[in-house]
Amino acid sequence: MSSQQENKGIVLKDVNLHYGDYHALRDINLNVAVGERVVVCGSSGSGKSTMIRSIIGLENHDSGHILIDGQELTADAKSQETIRRNVGMVFQQFNLFPHLTIAENCSLALKRVKKMAKGEAKDVVMKYLERVHIPEQAEKYPSQLSGGQQQRAAIARALCMQPKFLLFDEPTSALDPEMVNEVLDVMVEMAQDGMTMICVTHEMGFARQVADKMVFMNQGRIIESGDTVEFFENPKEERTRTFLNTILSH
Amino acid sequence: MDLTTMQDSILPLLSALPNTLMLTFVSVFIGFCLAIPFALGRLSKNKLIAQACYAYVYFFRSTPLLVQIFLIYYGSGQFVKALEAVGLWHFFREPWFCAILALSLNTAAYVCEIIRGGILSIPKGQWEAGQVLGLSRFDLFVQVIFPQAFRQALPAYGNEVIIMVKASSLASTITILEVTGVAEKLIAETFQPLEIFIVAGSIYLSLNFVLSQLFHLLEKRLNRYLPHGATRTN
Repeated sequence: MSSQQENKGIVLKDVNLHYGDYHALRDINLNVAVGERVVVCGSSGSGKSTMIRSIIGLENHDSGHILIDGQELTADAKSQETIRRNVGMVFQQFNLFPHLTIAENCSLALKRVKKMAKGEAKDVVMKYLERVHIPEQAEKYPSQLSGGQQQRAAIARALCMQPKFLLFDEPTSALDPEMVNEVLDVMVEMAQDGMTMICVTHEMGFARQVADKMVFMNQGRIIESGDTVEFFENPKEERTRTFLNTILSH
Repeated sequence: MDLTTMQDSILPLLSALPNTLMLTFVSVFIGFCLAIPFALGRLSKNKLIAQACYAYVYFFRSTPLLVQIFLIYYGSGQFVKALEAVGLWHFFREPWFCAILALSLNTAAYVCEIIRGGILSIPKGQWEAGQVLGLSRFDLFVQVIFPQAFRQALPAYGNEVIIMVKASSLASTITILEVTGVAEKLIAETFQPLEIFIVAGSIYLSLNFVLSQLFHLLEKRLNRYLPHGATRTN
């Protein structure tokens, strides 16, 4: 990988983050190249959510550097605005706007941020709702959809902004088991289309299928990261092995 | 009970209804417009702004509306020179102006708290989803947070509007002839307070019946698609 390619991706350099006295992220170093799919795993409280939230400025790191597409992310509003034009995020709780229809959820930022005309925005919205296989839900409100459909709508909403990078924070953890696959299928399709993705997830089947790189976190540190096959077949760290055994044992 | 007095009082009392409506709705409108910036001020990270807004709310919620009306109407009379100098005496000598000012400032304090509660009830994830999409703070508030906060606040807000209908009767104490003012005038002429207050009371009752039904409909319509209505958590 050339260094220029690296500069175009997501780079975290010695990132630290505290909540009061609690040291949530410790010396995080991570490179995600354009087109790469990274899955982050680890037990709860290991800092994985905090890490991807810090990449889009929802948490402010207190030391180190976060570079996205060569631009440094700081607590400054201008910097966050620039970063968020390139990075999208999908949340565990979907966070759709309940008072707006699915189509309005998707078109809001197109109209308000990208200043797109109504008709043009509608075309973009329908294109991405088709991509997540719910074009027929466009005029419904979030509460009228199943959990799986809501999460796919949230993915479509993120895709509408045509981000270069997409972050997923446990996108299937709030779903009933029978709805997990419909969301994972959409994510696999996106991965196949070449989207750069960082996913925090416990879905190890999905990870094996799409991830180029695995990252394992524990107590705010990245303990192990590397090639997916290597990670599953031959984990180096004892803590990783224990984690994989627990999560894969049933 | 004298039914003729009651019958005779209906028309004069009803003819005062537009004044009651005017006092109420002009104040409710101004109060609402003031309440939004006050609510945002209360939630501001800037301590000075937050405390100034709290002081305002504290003052207007902790003193009787009647006292506020008197302070503005009679109190301004003490400062005629100063008010003339800034060109405001023209307004302050009008009872209508003083009544609407007092009612507006009073309701703004309550509505500020109602809206603040509504804003606080919106889950953090809604703010984050808007931020991540790149919405400006203004768009995020206007398009995402406020419409939901208002829906949450609607039952309490409907209550406040009904309270305002009744509070407008205090304007009668500074010579305004709204429903209660006219009732007092008629009582002075007929010496039959029971009959006349029954009619006046019925007018307020009917007006508030219509208002509460309207709010009920609005609530049902706006909350149609909100999961679990007003108790939604996320």
